[in-house]
Formats: sequence, structure tokens, C-alpha cells
Amino acid sequence: MLRYIARRIASLVLSLAVASVVIFLLVEMVPGDPATFMLGTGAQPDTLAALRAQLGLDQPLPIRYAHWLGAVLSGDLGNSFTYKTPVTGMILDRMQVSLPLAVMALALAVLIAFPVGLFAASRRGRVADTTVMGMTQIGIALPNFWFAMLLVLLFAVNLRWLPAGGFAGWDQPVAALRSLLLPAVALALPQAAILSRVLRSALIDTLDQDYIRTARAKGLTRGQTLRRHALRNALIPVLTIMGMQFSFLLAGAIIIENVFYLPGLGRLIFQAITQRDLIVVQSAVLVLVAAVILVTFIVDLAYAAVDPRLRAR
Amino acid sequence: MKWTLILGAILAGLAIVAAAVSFVWIPYDILGTDVPNKLQPPSAGHWFGTDQYGRDILSLVMVGARTSIAVALVAVGIGMGFGVPLGLIAAANRGGWVDEVIMRGNDLIFAFPSLVIAILITAAFGPSAVNAIIAIGIFNIPVFARVTRGGAMPIWTLDYIRAARVAGKNRARISVEHVLPHIANLLIVQGTIQFSLGILAEAGLSYVGLGAQSPTPSWGRMLAEAQTFVTLAPHVAVIPGLCIFLTVLGLNLLGDGLRDALDPRLKVMRT
Repeated sequence: MLRYIARRIASLVLSLAVASVVIFLLVEMVPGDPATFMLGTGAQPDTLAALRAQLGLDQPLPIRYAHWLGAVLSGDLGNSFTYKTPVTGMILDRMQVSLPLAVMALALAVLIAFPVGLFAASRRGRVADTTVMGMTQIGIALPNFWFAMLLVLLFAVNLRWLPAGGFAGWDQPVAALRSLLLPAVALALPQAAILSRVLRSALIDTLDQDYIRTARAKGLTRGQTLRRHALRNALIPVLTIMGMQFSFLLAGAIIIENVFYLPGLGRLIFQAITQRDLIVVQSAVLVLVAAVILVTFIVDLAYAAVDPRLRAR
Repeated sequence: MKWTLILGAILAGLAIVAAAVSFVWIPYDILGTDVPNKLQPPSAGHWFGTDQYGRDILSLVMVGARTSIAVALVAVGIGMGFGVPLGLIAAANRGGWVDEVIMRGNDLIFAFPSLVIAILITAAFGPSAVNAIIAIGIFNIPVFARVTRGGAMPIWTLDYIRAARVAGKNRARISVEHVLPHIANLLIVQGTIQFSLGILAEAGLSYVGLGAQSPTPSWGRMLAEAQTFVTLAPHVAVIPGLCIFLTVLGLNLLGDGLRDALDPRLKVMRT
């Protein structure tokens, strides 16, 4: 087990290191000098040079990377070029929207997928199974941002049950949850479709095992066997997919946040791109990528804890 | 023939035919505006209605299909062009350091949230259809590499491969002449799935303004532009979204149908 954890930690560190280099280099390639952007095109050359020196832009690339990485590791992501406020604070603020949104979406996806997957597996090969699986194909093919627009049209514009966009803030918890509900549903449905298909096929694989036959022979009903024996064993691949989905939901929220004008990390990235606030883009993307890599790492460890065969590899 | 294959081929075929026909004919000019007729609902004159500039939505959707299909197709080409050789090399050197380097490199790319990096790439190099292709294509590479390696590995243990080695063929030649034809079906099915994912990704990037730029119509950008008018004229948003949805659904069904028709044992990746 220790060897497995050590290998996973090594790969985690390597992934984070490569991610930091890629993100740093990509942002370096963005046309437009932040100093020129901050001072405008009419700035005096010596003022520009002074600001470039102050921002460290006159240093060679590896030095700039080392400085940046050192600061990032100490929790200092620098100051926004546009707002002149610490980027760490801005990102933490936005995480208060993005993180609950991803958690809500995953919870919804699980709530939908489990009954659907169980139902389809218990009726495998029958009309009900084919119908449910056909419906999941629809869920997978739905572009979530389009589905989000349709949800707004129905639940916000026509029925007026939920807000069409914006975020109320956590000082009003009910209103905040209401503003996250439609975006969470839009994110969750395609993921629920994928998860229910994975759960169904994992359950069907498990249902062919001898111990299931034994359980049935003992007199357990089909439903009892499914819930007590098959589901528990089918959970391993399902958990892996759920981990991947959480990462996807964190990153996938970028577009949905734009549909609903939610002040999350995704919207921050887009605003920063249009404002050429490179330090914010760099830091927000880094945080997002690091979060995704970390979640994958945690899922890998959880997976090994559940399935001893993996540890032995 | 299974119904999934037929329905999938019809839906995906519709988008491809619409794109192909748009090169020679579209109902109305898409560059000209007709403001007095803006946001008209579907009618006999305009089957899909008109947009906020009075342009015919059917014509826009037909030309937009070109962008979606071209971006997704070239992105699959990039993925296959780099991923398949990498997968073949890894399988030919299975267990060796070359295999290890290729597969760990793949794992690294997999660890990245593709959408975020695609956004960063298009932000760094400027929003355009070409940069969207590159951004989507890069993330297709590890998928094809992994699927190719997975499909090729068992083939290397077969007797006729041993016979080919005894006959003096080197690994590269065996990979191309004997292994590749065996995994062609697998690659076709995976290609269909990546094609559908590419269409979704292109639509997403264009929706946030990082894909095809004006005046090139694209389904994603049509949706973004429609967002402001969705309450006044829902069809402006419903139709391009429906086009994306039906094309992706068609390609997914086609992928599943092809998998069952070609070889039900095929193991494809759904990412």
C-alpha cells in the first residue's frame, strides 16, 4: 500500500509541476504586455520600463517562473492588474460559488443516476431497460449550456419559479441555493446520464457472478440481491467515474457560470481574459487544474482503499 | 442492422448533407441583413425563422454545420494522426521505457481538465476556429494512443505476429501491416465518439467566444448571440441547440451501432 501511495504522490507532484509550467508558458505567450495594458499605449517609454521592472517582466523566463512558483507555493498569487487587489482573495471569493455548484451538481447527478441505473439493471434486456438507456443517450448528447438556456426559459421566464441568473450571496442561504439550482441541474443531467450507464453495466457485470446466484438461491428477492450484494460490488467503477465527474463539473462550470452570470471561478477567468488581467487568468486556471489533479489523486487513493487488488499491483 | 446504427447514420448524415449542400446552395444570403424581418418565427418563407438581424436561420445553420464538422473532424484527425502511431509504438515496445514514457505522458495530458486548457490555449493564441481545432485535437491524442495501445497489445501475442517476426519483419512494419488493420474497427468507433465530443467542445468554445469568429457562422456562436433574445424569440436559441444535440446524438448512436455491428467485444473509451 505504501509503495502505491508513494507512486501516486510522485505522479501527483509531477502532474502539478507540468501543469504549472504549461500554464505559465501559455500565459507568457498571450500577446500584449501587461505593463502596456496597465499604462495604456500612450505611456512614456521610461515609465513603461519602470513598471516592467517593478512587475519583474524584465527578468528572463526561468527566473520569472521560479519567482512565480515560489510565490504561488507560499499562497501569494500576486495582485490583479485591473483591480489591484490580491488574486488569492478574489479566487477564494469565487470558489464560494464554484465549489458548492460542483458539489450540488454531483449530488443531483448521483440522486438521478442511482435509481435509474438500478432500475435499468434490474430489467436488463427488457423494454424498460432499452427505453431508459435510450433516454440516457439523449442526456449525454445534450450540450449543457443549451440545456441551461432551455431551463431558464421554462423555470425562470415562463414559470418564474427560480431566478434566471446572478447570485444572491451566502448571507441569504435559501436565495443562494435557489440561484444555484438551475445551473446545477444543467450540469448534472448529462453527468447523471453517463453515471447511470456506468452503474447499469457495472451492476450487470456483477449480476453474472456466482455469489449473486448463491444469494438468490438462499431465497433473497431480485431487488434484495441487487441492493445488498450487487450494488456494493458495482460501486468501485462508479466511484472512479464520480471522481472524474467532480473534476469535470468543477471545470465544466466555466461555461455554465457564463450562462447564469454566476460570479464563480469560470466567470472570473473570462472577465480576466477580456481585461487582459493575465495574473488572474494564470492563477485561476492553476487553482482549477490543481483542484482537478488533486481530486483525481484522492479518488485513486480511495479506489485503492476499496479494492485491495489495486494496491498489490 | 440495429436501429441505433440506422437512426445514428440518418441524424449524423443530415448534418453532413446540410454542410455539403451549403457549399453550393443556401436558401438566403447569410451576410445580408433584413432588419424589418428580424426575429420572425418559423414560416413557409423561413423554415427556421429569422435571427436578430433578419437573417435566415436555416441558411445560418447549414453554413454553421460546416464549422462544427470541420473543427471536430480535423481535431479527430490530429488525435488519430499523433495518437495512433504513439499507441502502436507503445504496444510494439510494451513494458519497455518507450512504452512507459508514452503512457505516462498520456496520463499527464489526461490529468488536465481539457476544457480549461482549451480555453487557455484559445485565449493565448487568440480566439479562432483553427486554435479551437488545435485545443480540441491535443486532447484527442491520448485517447487514441490509449485505445490503440489497448487494442494492439493482445495482437502482439498472436502466432502470426511471431511468424512475421521470424520472417524478418521489424516492429514498425508489423505494426503497420498486421496490427493496424486489426484495430481499424476500434479506431473507427472511437473516431465517431471523439467526433461527437469535438462537436460539443467546438460549440462550447464558440459559445464563450473562443471558437469561430464573425462572420463565420457556428452553432455555438449562434446560441451565444441568441441568449439576449431568447425570451423574445425562443426559436433563435432552440434551433441551433437542437442541431448540436441531434448531430451529437446521431454520432453517439452511430458509434454504438458501429461497435455492435463491427465487433461487440470492442472496448472503446467514453471520456
